[in-house]
Amino acid sequence: MAERSFEVSRLPGFATVAIAVFVLLYLPILTLVVFSFNSGPSIAVWQGWSLHWYTDAWNNEAVKGATIRSLIIATAASAVATSVATMAALGTTRRAAFGGQTFIYVVINQPLMVPEIVTAVALLILFGVVKQATGYQGLGYLILAHAAFCTPFAYLPIRARLEGMDLSLETAACDLYANPWQTFRHVTLPLLAPGIAAGAMLAFVISLDDVVITEFVKSGGQDTLPTYMLGQMRRAITPEVNAISTALLGLTVVLLTLFFILTRKKN
Amino acid sequence: MSPAEQSQRSRSTRNGWLLSAPALTLLFLAASGPLLIVLVYSFLTPGQYGNVVWDFSLDGWIGILFTRDIFDGTMNLADAHLTIFWRSVKLSLMTTALTFALGFPTAWFIATRPPAQRAMWLFLITIPFWTNLLIRTFAINEVIRNEGLMNTVLTGLGLISEPIRLINTDTAVFIGMAYVYLPLMVLPLFAAIDRFDMKLLEAGYDLYASRMQVLRHVIVPIVKPGIVAGSILVFVPSLGAYVTPRVLGGGKNMMIGNFIELQFGQGRNWPLGAALSMALLLIVMAALLVYVRASTKGSNPHG
Repeated sequence: MAERSFEVSRLPGFATVAIAVFVLLYLPILTLVVFSFNSGPSIAVWQGWSLHWYTDAWNNEAVKGATIRSLIIATAASAVATSVATMAALGTTRRAAFGGQTFIYVVINQPLMVPEIVTAVALLILFGVVKQATGYQGLGYLILAHAAFCTPFAYLPIRARLEGMDLSLETAACDLYANPWQTFRHVTLPLLAPGIAAGAMLAFVISLDDVVITEFVKSGGQDTLPTYMLGQMRRAITPEVNAISTALLGLTVVLLTLFFILTRKKN
Repeated sequence: MSPAEQSQRSRSTRNGWLLSAPALTLLFLAASGPLLIVLVYSFLTPGQYGNVVWDFSLDGWIGILFTRDIFDGTMNLADAHLTIFWRSVKLSLMTTALTFALGFPTAWFIATRPPAQRAMWLFLITIPFWTNLLIRTFAINEVIRNEGLMNTVLTGLGLISEPIRLINTDTAVFIGMAYVYLPLMVLPLFAAIDRFDMKLLEAGYDLYASRMQVLRHVIVPIVKPGIVAGSILVFVPSLGAYVTPRVLGGGKNMMIGNFIELQFGQGRNWPLGAALSMALLLIVMAALLVYVRASTKGSNPHG
């Protein structure tokens, strides 16, 4: 072997470990995707290509109901989370630092710090009391819970966008006698839009993926796709769950790709 | 500061609070506020069919570590509880150690790629990071289960005659947690290594340091904030894990998260469940405090 030049940043064995890590990271996911197309009922023995687990899942009333519920909750929760997060981001940036700003950061980011199981138990107790007092059993509880833990995920990209924005355009608008609302509507909002879209997408994905809090807060018959799948895992597993997972995975990858395009820094 | 400036500044502060108010209200209602209810419930008496009776009691907190003998009322250490806590702490530490051992070389590899390739490798780590945890747990379950891919392939190759039975063991939970939390270790490590000045390595080698010495005395001290961040990011969710031990560990290999759920289900001991939740929260807060202190101390290592 020809002698290699001495590369300072090369550490022996690191590249091998890294490649192995990537293989190990993707092998299970690829297996899951491939076996969703298996024609037989096994998730380990290949019996030829077929789409019938997708059509089975599509025609399964429980899956259909859970899908619709997941989408309603994710849409409503990300809309609420993105609205309050946008306002909070406008309130905590681009003004002289004020006492209490740290407090606002901590409260908004609190769902990122508290273990999910603890929040889940807390909401189980609180909503149990409210359910008994009001008799209301609807999806509102899930939407409220999801909106709360999605807020930091919407807040962070919006704040990042605001911090990178130039105040001079808004100052110019004010100089041209635009009132604060006109300035916001026609200058700030269009500039901020990619950040808001990115925050909304992240919130949507986070809501769509949630298992633990949903599992504790839902009333009977309110399964979302992830809690439905968790329930299915106790029984014999068929590639139907693989098909649902693959569809969910596809949606996540599409949304994340859009997110990266929206937040990419222009050089 | 002139009075006009001062009044403008206080108006700006007031607007800041007003704009933040909806978010704060939402989070008080459905995130922070309910934690206070859990704290209150941890000091009440369990009801016969779940829920609580409004009588003050410390039994929830005492019950974390002790059980009362039903015949003579003496207190004994609750061995079953201690086993669960020990399993949670042990598996979380093992998960942190394994993800570090695998994650550090991976982060280093990504950070030392040519800039054009780096974004692609980083994206490959980010996809599993954002992929549903349940789907990833399910994916690893399919690989390691008794009739799963690993056993099918190994039996097919004639390497084993009996399937390796991993599901419903601590080992399965350990493998599963390392698999699902690995991206949480790689990303902060990458961020730290990415800022690392490779010229320092040249300096180290010029001074006749070996590779091991450079790693120990140059690289590790400088990327330490990333190591601490990654370790906390893996350790905290591991300790509170619920989905992974439930799917891979079965009913017997519970961790704290599953034990808490049990108290609100079949266990019918809500105050104990509430006290356990608060105890878990305290441990997590302590870990985060360590993180904040380490990251503020290490943020300016050589500049």
